[in-house]
Formats: sequence, C-alpha cells, structure tokens
Amino acid sequence: MSIAPSALPISMRRIEKRFGSVSVLRDLNLDVEAGEFLTLLGPSGSGKTTLLMILAGFVRANGGSIKVGADEIITTPPHKRNIGMVFQNYALFPHMNVFHNIAFPLKQRRVAAAETAERVEKALELVKLKGLGERRVDQLSGGQRQRVALARAIVFEPRIVLMDEPLSALDKGLREHMQIELRALHRRLGMTTVYVTHDQREAITMSDRIAVMNAGRIEQLDKPETLYAAPKTQFVAGFIGESNFIPVECRNGSVWYEDRRIQTAGAPPAPGQHLMVVRPEKLRLVTAAEPSSGINVLDATVGDIIYQGDSFVCYAVLRDGRQLTLRDYCRSDVLAKMPAPGQPISLGLDAQDTILVAAEG
Amino acid sequence: MSAPSTLLNETAGGAGRDLNAQALRADARRESLRLLALLAPSLFLVFAIIIVPIGWLFWLSLYDENGALSASNYGRFFEQASYIKTFITTFKVAFIVTGACVLLGYPLAYMLSQLPRRAASICLIFVILPFWTSVLVRTYAWLVILQRKGLINSWLIDLGVISQPLSLANNLSGVVIGMTHILLPFLVLPLYASMKTIDTDCLRAGMNLGAGPVATFRQIFFPLSLPGLASGVVIVFVLCLGFFVTPALMGGGKVIMWAMRMEQTTSLYSNWGAGAALGVVLLVVTLALLGLFQWLLGARATGVWSSR
Repeated sequence: MSIAPSALPISMRRIEKRFGSVSVLRDLNLDVEAGEFLTLLGPSGSGKTTLLMILAGFVRANGGSIKVGADEIITTPPHKRNIGMVFQNYALFPHMNVFHNIAFPLKQRRVAAAETAERVEKALELVKLKGLGERRVDQLSGGQRQRVALARAIVFEPRIVLMDEPLSALDKGLREHMQIELRALHRRLGMTTVYVTHDQREAITMSDRIAVMNAGRIEQLDKPETLYAAPKTQFVAGFIGESNFIPVECRNGSVWYEDRRIQTAGAPPAPGQHLMVVRPEKLRLVTAAEPSSGINVLDATVGDIIYQGDSFVCYAVLRDGRQLTLRDYCRSDVLAKMPAPGQPISLGLDAQDTILVAAEG
Repeated sequence: MSAPSTLLNETAGGAGRDLNAQALRADARRESLRLLALLAPSLFLVFAIIIVPIGWLFWLSLYDENGALSASNYGRFFEQASYIKTFITTFKVAFIVTGACVLLGYPLAYMLSQLPRRAASICLIFVILPFWTSVLVRTYAWLVILQRKGLINSWLIDLGVISQPLSLANNLSGVVIGMTHILLPFLVLPLYASMKTIDTDCLRAGMNLGAGPVATFRQIFFPLSLPGLASGVVIVFVLCLGFFVTPALMGGGKVIMWAMRMEQTTSLYSNWGAGAALGVVLLVVTLALLGLFQWLLGARATGVWSSR
C-alpha cells in the first residue's frame, strides 16, 4: 500500500471561528505541504482542536477557505472529504470486531469483499496487529486500540490523515514507543498528516514542522530545531523547552542587562525592552580566567543544587533576585566543580545561544 | 498481626505458614458470617413475599374445586376455547402496544438524546410527569377523550371530518391507546439512557470514514442503541401481559386479557385453583420470554458481528 503519490497539500486561508461571542480562531492562515507531518501544538483553549475539527468537517467555520490540492472543501460534508482521522479516545465501533472496524471505510466505498479482506489484512500487518482481526474491541489493550484506530484511518488511502492527541491515553513508555512507530509509519506511507498535541516533547519528536498556537492564532510555524533555537515570541520560548527570561534593553545599537553589555550573534534588535531567553542546558560554569569574548557572563549566587542521576540542576539567584536555572549532565567532574550553595557563581552563555524576544505585556 | 507472623515465617517457616493459614481461615469465616447477617433481612423479605406466595400459588393451582389433587385447572386451558382466546388477545395486545411504544418512543428518545443536557432534562420531566398521576385517573381521562361523545369525536364531527363518531374506546383501539400512553415511559427511559452513552466521536468517526448521516445512523447509532431498546421492549411487553386496569376500563368488556380473566375466576366464580393456574401460566410464560431475550442479547454481545 503506497499512499505517497496521492498525498496532497492543504492550504487554509483566513479561517475564522466564533462560538457565540467568543472568537476561537482569528484570521488563521496555514499551509501544509504534501506528505508533511505537521503538528498543531498549543495549550488547551488555543484553538488547535477546533482547527482540526474544521479540517475534518465536524465544525463549520464562520469564514475562510480550505483547499486540499486544488479542491475547495470548506463546505464539503465530512463523509465526502476523504480525510482519515484518529480520535483521542480512538472512537472504535464497540459493536464490531477489529476486522469490521477497519473494513468500515471500505464498505462505505463499496469495495469488493475480496479486496476489502486483502486491504484490511495489509493494514493490520502495517500496524503490527496481524491475526487479531476477529478480536472484539473490548478485548484489546489501549495500545492495540490505538493501532486499530490508525489502521482504520489509513486503510482507505485518504488524502490527509488527522490525529487528535492520539497518544494521550497511553502510559509514558508506550506513548514514546508509539511516537517513534507513528513517525516511521508516516515516513513509509508519506501521507499528509496534521497532528494535534499539547505535549511539546511529542511534537518535537514527531514533526517535520510545528505550528505553535496560542489564543486562536499561530505564533510561529517552523521546524522543531528552529522553534527551539530561535523562538520568535516569549510564548513560544516558554512553551517549547524550559526557559528563564531576563529583561534586557536595547539602546544605541547594543543590548544591555543592567550595566552589562550582552553579545548576540545576529543583528541588534529594535530599540526598547526585550527579553533574553536562557535555556538551562546552554548555561555553563565559567572561571574568571576564561576570556569573555563571545560569552555573556552572569554573576549569581548558588541557591540549591539538585542531583537527578543522569543530570543535575543548579538554581542560582542573580543580583536582582531573579532566578536562573542551569542544567548539565553529570559527566567527569562538572558536579564536583560547582560551588556550594551560598557561594558566588559565574554563569556563561555563548553569544550564539543568546536569544532575544519582544517583551509581551 | 503481620509483624509476628513474618517473624515466625523467618524463624520456623512451616509453623508460621500454619498460623497464617489458620488466621486466614478464621478471617474468611468471619467475613461470610458478617455478609450473611447483612443479607438476612432482605433474604427474609424475598422469602416471605416472593417465594412463599408463589409456592402457595403453585400449590393452589394443583387442587380442583372439591379440594382433590388434580391437573384439571391446567387441563381447562386446552379444553375451553375462551381461555385460548384470552391468551391470544393478551399476546396480541402486548405485541401491538409494544410496537406502538417502539414507533413512538424511539424517535422521542433519539430527539431527547440529541438535545443539550438542560433542554433534555426539562423534556424528560414531561416524559416522567404522567408517572406521578394514578393509572386509574389517566385511564378515565382517556375515556373522556376517546368515547363516542368524547372530545375527539365531537371535534372531528364539528370540523366536518367525519359524520359518524369513530369507535375509539370500549374496544381494542381504546385499550391499545390507553396502554401505550401508560407504558411509553418504560420504553423511553432505558432507551434514552442507552442512547446517551453512545460516544459522539463514534458517530463522527463513522462520517469521517465515509458514511453519510443515514448510513451512520443505520450502521452505528442504531446497533449501539439496541441493548437499550431491547430492555425497554422487554419491560413494556412483560408489563402488558399482566395489565389489568386499562383493558378493564377501556375495553368495554370486549377485550378480555389474562389478568382480567384471573380476577373474574377468583372474585366472580371463587375458583382459586383455576385463578392460581392462570397466574402460574402467566409467570412461566413471562419467565420463558425473559430467558429468550436474555439468550438473544447474550448471543449478540458475544459475536454476531464477528462473522464476516
């Protein structure tokens, strides 16, 4: 079964959705490339699920356009959209066995019995459930149900596959395993996939690109590594990975934290207030002897050091009382070199790791 | 308790195990005694008001009018045509009323299940409201509405729709209308409850996978509502078999059902043996029907859909 040739791009333009007087999606534009794995990431209430429901056709938008390939589908009823979907609670049909669940979309398309059997068999094999066709849904484990739901969503070779937090009901180990498996399946079949999650780690693990959503808008749409290394807003920096924010000011073409000049890799930002994003793992202990070119050094006092087995966390307090977190792996004697709580510490941040975002409200 | 026995286990394994086994047995004994003590009042009630009267009913049905042991009370069902006729009438009424309840109740329950929770609970109050009025009052009310010079006939004649009054009461249609009204909630409530448990995502999944609204209803919603429908049908049907007040008042003496026959036999002819036999037959038939339904439902649940 090869889906790749039929994968189509999605183009959403000016999507609006209001529930009563509450605006859930505002003038939203999003392009998904053919065969891409795109994740809508955001906190609950950010509109990501509503957007998925509009794509699937369960919720009607107040305005806008959705094109799949060259076809406008914004008014197409859900059963004519030819979009596969994996639901959060799987939504398997409890009165049908595994075979009939997976055969359901083929039955609706009047596929002949022999071909149906063959395609269901292939789909079962693809999701590693070979031989479980006769099982009742209530005889399956959570992970198996997840796989059946996946097989059912791809067996009819849909143009697009949507997934609404499909792994959130699984326990941690299984979830991580399924993330890798879903990713591999996507690589193999190449279908255009829109995935919804609130778990940033899951989004980073699986996606080609991530659209970070907040309050009905897309804050940033980028590759995972770009999102992490160069967040454009405070929200994105706070939502993806851990961050400490330090207020800085830009004046006369250079950036200042209190009386200290901050070196950055890119061009200086617009004059005014900004926030410096400090990732805990980018910070390191520096000694006075080290040259300070290319490194921003922050002076602080060690508050507490927490040993976590593979890594340790150091909570340090800056002179202005702001807390800063440093995280490092416990290799060689890094931990032994750390000053004791209450002692002064110099924390270094490479200029190329120094991220500035606009200060929000 | 655990600390000393662990110690014993460590020092002298065998003896420790014996001690533990004894304590466990004593615990189990105490537990079952406590359970029995808790159950005793209800067991006594079940015995006094169900087992004893039914046993007595059986006992009575085995004696004829002269007090001699005989099967004549049962023999008469096959010998007298009027009994067979009553039997057929009872089942006919039960089938028609159950059918009418399904036809009226399924769409109603479906509508209720689709309403927002608030609106649904207000509508449910209207479904349950008649429960709070006596069956007798409601039946007389129907009589007032349906009789020859009742509301419906006088309206229809005034409007010129009909020239002769329709015979709506004092016959089978009166009985069916009255019983359907009284029994409808018994179908709607379990059906509504089961429809409420149907996952809306299942219906969405159906549509997403290419089934239109009709196909989604037929292939997903309807099969999933069947357990609720089945329990509603069983309740209504069984209640129909033993219904008394409504057929007695609305039937005008023309529709004789099983329960009425029992009443006649015992209070009019004082033949307790024959009345008891009628009761036993009704009980056995009802139990057989319940058993049949149970078996059918069980078969459904375990694999009807797994056959390709």
